[in-house]
Amino acid sequence: MQIVNYLSASAIPIIILIILYYGIKEKQKVFDCFLEGATEGVKIVVGLFPTLIGIFLAVGALRTSGILDFIIGLISPVTNLLKIPSQILPLAMLRPISGSASMGVAVDIMKQYGVDTTLGMITSVIMGSTETTFYTIAIYTACVKVKKIRFVLAAALLADLAGMISSVIICQIMS
Amino acid sequence: MLNIIWPIFIGIAFIYALLTGNVEKVSNGIFDSAASAVELTLTFFGTICLWNGIMNIAKKTTLMSKLTKMLQPAIKFLFPELKHNEQAKEEISMNVVANLLGLGNAATPLGLKAMETMQKENPKKDTLTNSMAMFIVLNTASLQLIPTNVIAIRSSLGSIAPSGVILQVWVATIIAATVGITATKIMMKKF
Repeated sequence: MQIVNYLSASAIPIIILIILYYGIKEKQKVFDCFLEGATEGVKIVVGLFPTLIGIFLAVGALRTSGILDFIIGLISPVTNLLKIPSQILPLAMLRPISGSASMGVAVDIMKQYGVDTTLGMITSVIMGSTETTFYTIAIYTACVKVKKIRFVLAAALLADLAGMISSVIICQIMS
Repeated sequence: MLNIIWPIFIGIAFIYALLTGNVEKVSNGIFDSAASAVELTLTFFGTICLWNGIMNIAKKTTLMSKLTKMLQPAIKFLFPELKHNEQAKEEISMNVVANLLGLGNAATPLGLKAMETMQKENPKKDTLTNSMAMFIVLNTASLQLIPTNVIAIRSSLGSIAPSGVILQVWVATIIAATVGITATKIMMKKF
């Protein structure tokens, strides 16, 4: 477990070091490049903000009204059987549909049940290992005006499902 | 999609609350949620800008073209039908590298260009080719070296080890990508 933590913690410093090394070796103005990129980051966050408010409103309402617990209660016999924490189900269902919505749900789960708990870890790993499948397929096919996407949705959703199941298993093994 | 889901979520939540007597909680929660969106955005701000800055340096170096070369064998295996389409292969590799580095903003335009290049050689213009299908599935698999967004969220929520999920994310991503690629390889023969 300690080795895993150490490797995880070293990944970011090592990658930053490699990037800086290449930047200096190739005589780039590294700090100017950094500032340019960081400025672009501001735009991304500002663009995300309105969506987050909207999503937090909807997710917060679902939770405080008690209906989320009600639905979780309905499905939990099945999920308990499969040893999947039922709290992640809303996340699993929203993840392929909307990036910002699933992010809102993920934050909600981690706030309520803790970031470093097994449930918090599972939530993090699901968010990190899956993508907004529907959106990706939509833009990639729309740009070439293709209508017949054959098996792509099925294959992509299968991959998402595999990612989610392995997230649950890995986090349960490692906790 | 959210134009449909969003009002449904709010609608059923409010109606359920009215029926079960939870209205007061829901009413207070409305303003709490706006406040927590601000809170999250503020903490998000730092990490996202920081990472964008770092990756912008990577974009300016030859690091991208080096990684692109390293990917060649994998590209050959995944896209056997693009044997002679050098341009498509290069655009695909650059898209994959941009994804790996977490340059989402750079990855999408590169990916769309790759799609257009492949479309040129597509005999049936309204149907995806095998290579295009594989490429899209690859892009839905979220191949990423550092899951920056997740780390940002975790640190904003006070995690004791925000980056402690990287290895788990790698394993889960590789499993997801393997399943996606295998499914694509099998299904492209049948459908």
